[in-house]
Amino acid sequence: MSIAAAKIEAVPQPGLPPMVTIDDVTMAFGSFVAVENVNLTVGNGEFLSIVGPTGCGKSTILNAIAGLLKPAKGQVSIDGAQVKSVQNNIGYLFQQDALLPWKTAFQNVELGLMFRGVPVEERRVKVMAWLEKVGLKGFEGRFPHQLSGGQRKRVQMAQALITEPKVILMDEPFSALDIHTRHLMQNELLRLWQEDRRAVVMITHDLEEAIALGDRVVVLAAGPRSRVIESFGVDLERPRNVSEIKLDPKFMTLYRDIWASLRGEVEKSYASR
Amino acid sequence: MQAVNVRLIQITLLAVILGGWQLGVTTGVIDRFFFPAPLDIVQQVVTWVIDPGFYKHVGITLSETVLGYLIGTGLGVAAGVWLGLSPFTARILDPFIKAINAIPRVVLAPIFVLWLGLGLWSKVALAVTLVFFVTFFNAMQGVREVNPVVLSNTRILGARRSDLLRHVYFPAAASWILSSLRTSVGFAVVGAIIGEYLGASAGLGYLIARAEGNFDAVGVFAGIIILAVFVLIIDLLLDVAEKRLITWRPKAGEERPA
Ligand SMILES: Nc1ncnc2c1ncn2[C@@H]1O[C@H](COP(=O)(O)OP(=O)(O)OP(=O)(O)O)[C@@H](O)[C@H]1O
Ligand SMILES: [Mg+2]
Repeated sequence: MSIAAAKIEAVPQPGLPPMVTIDDVTMAFGSFVAVENVNLTVGNGEFLSIVGPTGCGKSTILNAIAGLLKPAKGQVSIDGAQVKSVQNNIGYLFQQDALLPWKTAFQNVELGLMFRGVPVEERRVKVMAWLEKVGLKGFEGRFPHQLSGGQRKRVQMAQALITEPKVILMDEPFSALDIHTRHLMQNELLRLWQEDRRAVVMITHDLEEAIALGDRVVVLAAGPRSRVIESFGVDLERPRNVSEIKLDPKFMTLYRDIWASLRGEVEKSYASR
Repeated sequence: MQAVNVRLIQITLLAVILGGWQLGVTTGVIDRFFFPAPLDIVQQVVTWVIDPGFYKHVGITLSETVLGYLIGTGLGVAAGVWLGLSPFTARILDPFIKAINAIPRVVLAPIFVLWLGLGLWSKVALAVTLVFFVTFFNAMQGVREVNPVVLSNTRILGARRSDLLRHVYFPAAASWILSSLRTSVGFAVVGAIIGEYLGASAGLGYLIARAEGNFDAVGVFAGIIILAVFVLIIDLLLDVAEKRLITWRPKAGEERPA
């Protein structure tokens, strides 16, 4: 098939002003082009899910938004300002463990506020509130090695969200968790997000999760030279309950449509090995 | 049960060795000029330990050790973190560092005496040259092996360079330095003692050197035993310090298998 397929303009739901704009971005590692000519806009308050075969460049796109990697071509902007260096008005929930091992849960969650010069007392109150929100009351004094995988993820979540970032980036945030904890945290995330809508970009391998949480699901092509191939709006009511919504017929239709689009890419990514 | 048996065998072994030695000396089989009787050595140790003047020597060796350790560690951490963060400078300085580290420190002792005199500081300097490199290499390693994801995360949370130094690089280096605590304190002791041995007017090393000058084998052996005890006590203190300082790391037996 030729690349005659129309350039996909992945635009946000109507009515939302753009928060993150990815404009004709190409990301390369040396001569290896991971993603090419990606256009993507995330509206303010929009929850965007990105799915795509493994190694297609999802993390790379997220790193470009965070300013950790520079595009070879094109530009990324957040709230109208071009991203030139590491951003600190965003929250990034990394796929890997990213807590400082020598700080307790409390001290880890406190970091963002401390770097912003928030006074000690105010910090304490906020940190305690956030630890409670993520269900870790009483675990303030634990070091990361004394927490379970799921607890560490929740500390990371509190750490990323406490600074009230404009944009929240999440790289397979729940993939390491068991199914029950995952549902719990997905609902928790939805509740937190509902309270105070921010722009969210979430990468996932789990198509159900992408639909259940997102306002829109974007499918990336198999790499290299990956690009956005399709964008699906998710018109399911909010607030949603992650485990119930899967039984909704609209959910199932969407799942079938998106999977039809994704499956070809996944197969391609295996065929090209 | 096993443990008690082991202890019992150890004590018996010690008694047999010391008893045999004592017997050998009294019967004249062993020349007491080279191997003085254990009882004489014990007597000498006791004489020293009950003499208040002896503690001046202990105090001096201890000060030299502590100063040597602190200064050596301070400089080592500063240099290690600096070079760990600037690979370019590290590449340039690499051959020089290797060359300096290759010098046997003992030959520096006379130079330090020349520069700093016979007092405390020439010994401290010798200890510093030994401690510095252990800490330096460990601090550099610590900084280089900081998890890049942790680093990115901290930067995104808003850390400036000074925040990164304070909350990421120094703690990362510190954990490596603490793991080399024993080695570097050991080096500090060695530096102080060798310095004293080669030219001083006080300290445990000086006691041994003086006894040797008088062909007083009892004094030499007694000095060696005192030194061993000195190092053992420091080791015990370090055990306690280590437990207090690295609270964030899983203790032995408490770490996760995965
Ligand atoms: N530092 C790098 N140097 C060279 N190639 C890289 C580098 N980082 C990523 N790549 C390549 O870029 C491509 C995209 O990587 P990326 O990590 O973005 O994939 P991904 O979509 O997040 O995959 P996964 O779903 O498995 O996490 C891959 O082919 C990877 O091998
Ligand atoms: Mg990835």
